[in-house]
Amino acid sequence: MRGIRIPSTVNRRDFILTAVSVAGGMMIGIGAAPGSADAAAISTQPWNDNEYAPHELDAWIAIDPDDSVLIRYQRSEMGQGSMTALPMMITEELQCDWSKVRIEYASSNRSVREHRVYGNMYSHGSMSVRESQKMVQQVGASARERIIAAAAARWHVPASECAAAQSVVTHRLSGRTLRYGELAAEAAKVKLAKEPTIKTPAQFTFLPRRIPRLDLVHKTDGSAKFGIDAQVPGMVFASISACPVPGGKLKSVDESVLSGTPGIVGVVKLEDAVAVVATDSFWRAKRALSRLQPEWDVGAAGDVDSEQLSKEFRAALRDRMVLARNDGDVDKAMSGARKTFEAIYETPYLSHTPMEPLNATVNLQPDRLDVWVGTQDAEAALRAAAKASGLKPEQVYIHNAFLGGGFGRRDGNDEILQAIAVARVVKRPVKLIWTREEDTRQDRFRPHAVVGFKAVTGSDGMPTAWSMRVVTSSIFNSVGIPFPPGKAEPPAVDGLESIGYNVPNTRVELHIRNTHLPVWFYRAPGANQHTFAIESFLDEIASARGIDPYQMRRKLLAGKTDWLKVLDTAAEKGDWGKPLPKGSGRGIAICTFTDSLCAQVAEVTVKPNGEVKVNRITVALDTRHMVNPQTVTEQAESAVIFGLSAALYGKITIKAGAVVQGNFDTYRMVRLAEAPRIDVHLVPSGGDVWGGAGEPAVPPVAPAVTNAIFAVTGKRVRTLPIVDTDLSRAT
Amino acid sequence: MINIDVNGASRQVNIEPDTPLLWVLRDMIGLTGTKFGCGIAQCGACTVHVNGTAMRSCSVPIGTLDGAKIVTIEGLSPDNNHPVQRAWIEEGVPQCGYCQSGQIMAVVTFLKKYSKPTDADIDANITNICRCGTYEALRRAIHRAADMMQT
Repeated sequence: MRGIRIPSTVNRRDFILTAVSVAGGMMIGIGAAPGSADAAAISTQPWNDNEYAPHELDAWIAIDPDDSVLIRYQRSEMGQGSMTALPMMITEELQCDWSKVRIEYASSNRSVREHRVYGNMYSHGSMSVRESQKMVQQVGASARERIIAAAAARWHVPASECAAAQSVVTHRLSGRTLRYGELAAEAAKVKLAKEPTIKTPAQFTFLPRRIPRLDLVHKTDGSAKFGIDAQVPGMVFASISACPVPGGKLKSVDESVLSGTPGIVGVVKLEDAVAVVATDSFWRAKRALSRLQPEWDVGAAGDVDSEQLSKEFRAALRDRMVLARNDGDVDKAMSGARKTFEAIYETPYLSHTPMEPLNATVNLQPDRLDVWVGTQDAEAALRAAAKASGLKPEQVYIHNAFLGGGFGRRDGNDEILQAIAVARVVKRPVKLIWTREEDTRQDRFRPHAVVGFKAVTGSDGMPTAWSMRVVTSSIFNSVGIPFPPGKAEPPAVDGLESIGYNVPNTRVELHIRNTHLPVWFYRAPGANQHTFAIESFLDEIASARGIDPYQMRRKLLAGKTDWLKVLDTAAEKGDWGKPLPKGSGRGIAICTFTDSLCAQVAEVTVKPNGEVKVNRITVALDTRHMVNPQTVTEQAESAVIFGLSAALYGKITIKAGAVVQGNFDTYRMVRLAEAPRIDVHLVPSGGDVWGGAGEPAVPPVAPAVTNAIFAVTGKRVRTLPIVDTDLSRAT
Repeated sequence: MINIDVNGASRQVNIEPDTPLLWVLRDMIGLTGTKFGCGIAQCGACTVHVNGTAMRSCSVPIGTLDGAKIVTIEGLSPDNNHPVQRAWIEEGVPQCGYCQSGQIMAVVTFLKKYSKPTDADIDANITNICRCGTYEALRRAIHRAADMMQT
């Protein structure tokens, strides 16, 4: 392994964060990816404090005289691997030597000042690759053509006689060569008459390629810097408690109990929260905060509890709905049917619970604001911070870090706005950290949802018509995304509206019921709960009509080769139909999400006392194309565990308007001992679109497991989490 | 004043004695590789070695540690070459990476006790939470590290 340490050269302003090494002092570690001498490099501190580099071709790419290539990455690395994948795509077009590539975050400040030169900077919706694939390929292709043009000009030959590979331009006729580093300065001045056409996947020479993620090494020695690791000279620490009932206000707090406590900088009262600020350690602030007994004005929301919400949501199944999808004529197809299948499925609020609790470190000065944070959207964070501070966007610098998980939570900016509000009062740099309890309870939650199904089958047992009525809360409303009334917002119906089954009469309807709880995007929004509902309900029909659930799905997907490929792969690799010991069974489920397809087979044992052990999950995933199959596989494994925690245990309960669960003792996660064996099979089908990798393997987990539970016990789990259903049986 | 040895360097700490070791390491000494995840010894992201034993530093008051030898992820090896770190790299374990310092520190002491661990040994002893769900690779890496340490 290659590993060098170089002294930092950044010292522009005194608040530049110091990365304290073991020996002390300011060092930035640059390491290469493991096990190969030809890997690109990434810094332990991913944010850039200098948004301009010498030898830039443009805002994305700089090439130094020694041929080293700096590539800027405009999204956020939270474990999904796109900090490796997107530069790989640029490298594919740039035809540069991957071992000479260095990657750092693009500056949202620069993007704001330069007409959004980096485009969308957010990492959600599995967008990093699938949305910016064309853009980053174009960036790489344009740079390559400008370098070739510079070489052609130097040689006085047509560019068409030149070719680029491995950071060298060759004049094919004469065999002359020039290195990229020799051409970069001239290439920077080249303006292309016409943008080059980007490569099709069939023309790729570098991709797809299995490459260990470039942040890997830094994440094994403690050197990778997360937002919570920011250290700013003179900073103080803040612990905060927002009103336990979302939407409530701070009425009063008696801070006299803290008088005489050493190291307390102050108590900061915000409209809906109270914070304690202390010197030396976060612990001091946290302990002092726990001694305060704030009084809150919670209003009517203080009477809300989960049972009541469940009743209201179920009752609303009879309310007026808006149409999300309407194929054929469901009412006509159902009229006169001898037997209908009906069931109601319910999924609870969930908290995102990234391992790194939300936090932000800010330095607010009269003419400049610096924020060190792990954010899923550095541009939105910048704009929100500018608004909150009253500064111009170009005066705000977001130093994005590695994210200790995100799952959709790290783009609400709550922690940033709080830290700014606190800094404004204490007039010092502030690091504000949420406790785990705060992180769980002050989440913007995965919505609660109820789905009511009705279906009829034909003489062959196959469903001929089905109706799906959804009651849930509006994520768009919580986020503030305008959406026309009378239409069904996609995240509220995703997983139902998007099903691929050929049922001639299909109707999906939505009734929005908002509560005082803010709801938000959560890994595979909509589909993460509705796939459980539809894939379980379909299983009910199959079982009632005596049809194998896999075969029923095959028939309903007839002619859809890509769907059948993932379904068949999961079934075959997951040993569908092969014998299992008594007490064990298999379940199958499939979904589409972010233009990808995913099918899973779960193998489950249910003990007589009802305890569930998920032994094995077989995943077939079609992301259409792939940049780095290794990180795609990792994402599938990750999604399975994420979905399994939610399926088995995940539930946020509301009592007196507040969240009951707080820490991992009450909001349980799957640990190693409960983790099934996971076999991932990648079956990319190609075509025009690129699918997402981070989310599509979440939705099928819950129904694959509950369908397997049914196969063992004959008990149908219609409400998540699974742990709430008594699965014990007489032996 | 509390005297501790952190990664071979002696440190004098002057702070309220109930302050957990985690915050002394992170906020006072500046060793941020050890992470805060839960504060109640549930998740293990803050695992360090105290006198050779893996402990969840969020729940160990500094006042109980006078004279203790502490090793954090930064002090595990001079150049990231501990067999567990090498196994982590070779199996590509980390995703977001936030829990991995704690995972590695927990596994290092586990392998001292269980030099040829079975899956059941691993299940019973490695209880740190990983929200990215890297368990599949993590299990492989534990076996790989054990193999490396045998040879």
